Amino acid sequence: MNVTIVDYQSGNISSVINSFTEVAKGKVNLEVTSDTKKIKSSDKIVLPGQGSFKSCVDSLNKIKGLVDTLKEFAIINKKPLLGICVGLQMFADVGYEEAETKGLGWISGKVSKINNQSGKFKLPHIGWNEIEIQKESKIFKDIKNKSHMYFVHSYEFIPNDKSVISATTDYSSKIVCSVEKDNLFGTQFHPEKSDKTGLKIIDNFIKL
Amino acid sequence: MLKNRIIPCLDVKNGRVVKGINFVELKDAGDPVEQAKIYSDGGADEICFLDITASNENRDTIIDIVRKTAKECFVPLTVGGGVRTIQNITDLLLAGADKVSINTAAVKDVSFLKEASKKFGTQCIVVAIDAKKVSDNKWEVFTHGGRNKTGIDAVEFAKQVETNGAGEILLTSMDRDGTKSGYDVELLKVITDSTNIPVIASGGVGTLDHLYDGIVKGGASAVLAASIFHYGEYKIKEAKEYLNSKNVSVRL
Repeated sequence: MNVTIVDYQSGNISSVINSFTEVAKGKVNLEVTSDTKKIKSSDKIVLPGQGSFKSCVDSLNKIKGLVDTLKEFAIINKKPLLGICVGLQMFADVGYEEAETKGLGWISGKVSKINNQSGKFKLPHIGWNEIEIQKESKIFKDIKNKSHMYFVHSYEFIPNDKSVISATTDYSSKIVCSVEKDNLFGTQFHPEKSDKTGLKIIDNFIKL
Repeated sequence: MLKNRIIPCLDVKNGRVVKGINFVELKDAGDPVEQAKIYSDGGADEICFLDITASNENRDTIIDIVRKTAKECFVPLTVGGGVRTIQNITDLLLAGADKVSINTAAVKDVSFLKEASKKFGTQCIVVAIDAKKVSDNKWEVFTHGGRNKTGIDAVEFAKQVETNGAGEILLTSMDRDGTKSGYDVELLKVITDSTNIPVIASGGVGTLDHLYDGIVKGGASAVLAASIFHYGEYKIKEAKEYLNSKNVSVRL
């Protein structure tokens, strides 16, 4: 099996590479690339994302044919794709970080700034928070409810269809921190930085 | 609920872990990669490396340590010391660091933070502020491990770094660092009250009560300590269990 981490020159993906390398050891082939041919022939895709919504979308668009290839992979061919942090946020129709920016539009909804209740909650939301599992998700196999995951973000994904939400976390309000819609998976938290529990989620995705 | 973080810090010189008393009299005590792994297995919420000789010496040693650590530890890794250029940040992040901590370069030119946060995201830009008390309710920013006075007010500077793209502040009291007499809680309180980004308390931890004070009295989102963990006085787990018993929420 081939798992591809999409490297679209936005932000730091070393930790994603390190954690997937650790989990994939001897089990699957791991590629880190933006080569659309290699992406097409993969079995699974990981879409990381660091920095702002706008900078990530801009970087995706800069690579010729990448967005179409990803769409073909995930939406038409319905093969498993995991978005992490801004990688998940980009599933939305629109994001408001820096400037109003069109997202990939794969899961209808928007990405807006966390309401920090006039400074009562510090932003970014940084650190370990508990996830509250809202529905069964394939990537949560053997993950206990209220497990701790590592978060770093100031914006949240608000999907229109609440049935896609697989977990939330409590920070000023119930923030969507994981979604599953058919073959699409996304986590707002960083499984690659969430110690053994995070590695388990990566393992679950790889074993899908 | 967001948990309060406990961050062990490893001061690294020439590839070895040291911890000085007030930044002098360094003791040699261990391999940083091995130490980091012990901490992460023991429940550390993040790991911090501070390259204390980065200003004058070759930086490749720390890059190599970061690379090896990042392959074994799957919790966030922050690296500071001598981070002065966009290239320094790129090198550290590519090696596997998740955040960099910037000190002197931010004091020299606060707009460097703007450039860095725009390129890498605010999430990976930590600004390390070393502050010393100069009079009642007044603290000044120092650089170069506490050797150089800057004349800059610490509170004003903290507000400025927030505006310029810092994602977190790592606040060290130079009066307390290495003394084991506890954080400068007054300093912490004034900085956490005047900023809206998370503040990591540093400098002076000698007992587990000091960690409690940093969070509860000082308002810190995270507490950093070196020697109490490094010399085995307390395990990370003990610190967490202690805080938990005093109703401070931590990741257990």
